[in-house]
Amino acid sequence: MSSSVVAEEEQRRGAFSSRRVFILAAIGSAVGLGNIWRFPYVAYENGGGAFVIPYLVALLTAGLPFLLLDYSIGHRFRGSPPLSFARLRRGAEGLGWWQVGICAVIAIYYAAVLAWAVRYTFFSFTKAWGSEPADFFIGEFLQVSDPGVTADPVAGVLVPLVVMWALVIGLLALGVQKGIGATAMVFIPVLVLSFGALVVVSLFLPGAGSGLDALFTPSWSALAEPTVWAAAFGQIFFSLSIGFGIMITYASYVHRHTDMPGSGLVVGFSNSGFELLAGIGVFAALGFMAQDSGQAVGEVAGEGGVGLAFIAFPAIINEAPAGALIGVLFFASLVLAGITSLISITEVVISAVRDKFELGRVSATLVVALPMAVLSVAFLGTTSGLYVLDIVDHFINQFGILLVAVVSMVVVVWGLRALPQLAAHLNDHTSVHIGLWWRALVGVVTPVALGYVLVDALVTDLRTPYEGYPTWMLVVFGWGSALAVIVVGFVLARLRWRDPWTVDALGAEDELSEGAQR
Amino acid sequence: MSTTAIVMMVVAMVVIWGGLALAILNLSRSRSTPRASEVHRDL
Repeated sequence: MSSSVVAEEEQRRGAFSSRRVFILAAIGSAVGLGNIWRFPYVAYENGGGAFVIPYLVALLTAGLPFLLLDYSIGHRFRGSPPLSFARLRRGAEGLGWWQVGICAVIAIYYAAVLAWAVRYTFFSFTKAWGSEPADFFIGEFLQVSDPGVTADPVAGVLVPLVVMWALVIGLLALGVQKGIGATAMVFIPVLVLSFGALVVVSLFLPGAGSGLDALFTPSWSALAEPTVWAAAFGQIFFSLSIGFGIMITYASYVHRHTDMPGSGLVVGFSNSGFELLAGIGVFAALGFMAQDSGQAVGEVAGEGGVGLAFIAFPAIINEAPAGALIGVLFFASLVLAGITSLISITEVVISAVRDKFELGRVSATLVVALPMAVLSVAFLGTTSGLYVLDIVDHFINQFGILLVAVVSMVVVVWGLRALPQLAAHLNDHTSVHIGLWWRALVGVVTPVALGYVLVDALVTDLRTPYEGYPTWMLVVFGWGSALAVIVVGFVLARLRWRDPWTVDALGAEDELSEGAQR
Repeated sequence: MSTTAIVMMVVAMVVIWGGLALAILNLSRSRSTPRASEVHRDL
């Protein structure tokens, strides 16, 4: 493939200007809210210091190998998930659209959490939540209704939500390098600095040591528990943004002659490195809270997630010396980490629509993101937003992301037997030789481990209705959204490509070089 | 903090942050093919 053809393709689809930009964008995608509010809690609940062992095993045997699988698909086939899968095998295109559908659903509610975090960043200056942060969050801020769906808007959420979408749409319209790449180049260093400052301040709080004690004291017996290992694989999987199209999309924007395995190691370890930092910061703060309120760290830790960020942290900020500073650093970090993730999730949808319908950057961004923004405002900007968010988030994670990841992995590995070809592609330019070990991990270890996590989650949700919500809500928003993305995905795959040659047109250079290796 | 907690914290830091340092070192040694078009591609 001549350099002019490569340049033409990059001009048409967009591309990152360098390996460094790609790596920062990929880190921006991987590091999100889950690193800050999920990891510390999961580690604490599952063996504390002993959790390090299953966590590292999961990173090395499933997380990184899966990341490289995504990279190899996107980088080899140079397309969004539907285009990459279609180029791998025509009939596999639906898998790509299924992943795209999941990304669309996640972006719709993820934006709302960012809107909350933006408001809370400003609340931190005056501690606007008062002395009862839980009552404030549920009652005054979100104005949560009884379970159900309402159309009553909540201006305090709706307005920042609209602003958040306007910002994300603006950044995405700027394109792969100027929008996604440039955002990551600025946001990721600022995020590391602001969260690093938060950790330093937290470590000087009285009681910080007891929090770290709680987080790192090992419970060795936990290593014998299958649930602990499942939690480790689940954490690694959800944290790395793998298996639902993001890394395929980003890898398709990377120049052909790039060391993808070497880059993947940096991305994977950066993600875990940030999680560890978050664990230290969060538990140091929780240690202070425990000492201040005379409770055990476990009692103040709660369940992580929304409650940790929007209820426990405001309570800490109320009592801590330099509380306002802690608040601003914490919520600004959530916003920074979240925006780069929201951008990556939305980009998957934009990229797929561009590939299939040959739309320009700006028009595709508007066609895709405006309807998503409208749905986001309609469902999350109302008094029932918290319920919708909680249910959709739970089900689309378990029976969207996890399910599509396991299914696509099995199809690619065992159905299409594509691993030898993909391994050869990775080995074209690599500092880490991709040998049989990778095929064994991606072909057997990862699907078995993730399959176990998936079945475990399925059994739990079938036995007990999630959080005791009304059945109709779980059926419509939970099971319904997980099923809808599958149906919509395979319907979209039936539509014609605007340019019928798109699927067949893959660089002749690649075909030759890989043909020679076989 | 108890000694075991400190030991586990240090182990986690050394393995994860050390792993990151090694990964960066490894990548910095891996040459990415330079391209004339790299500088001016305005996408």
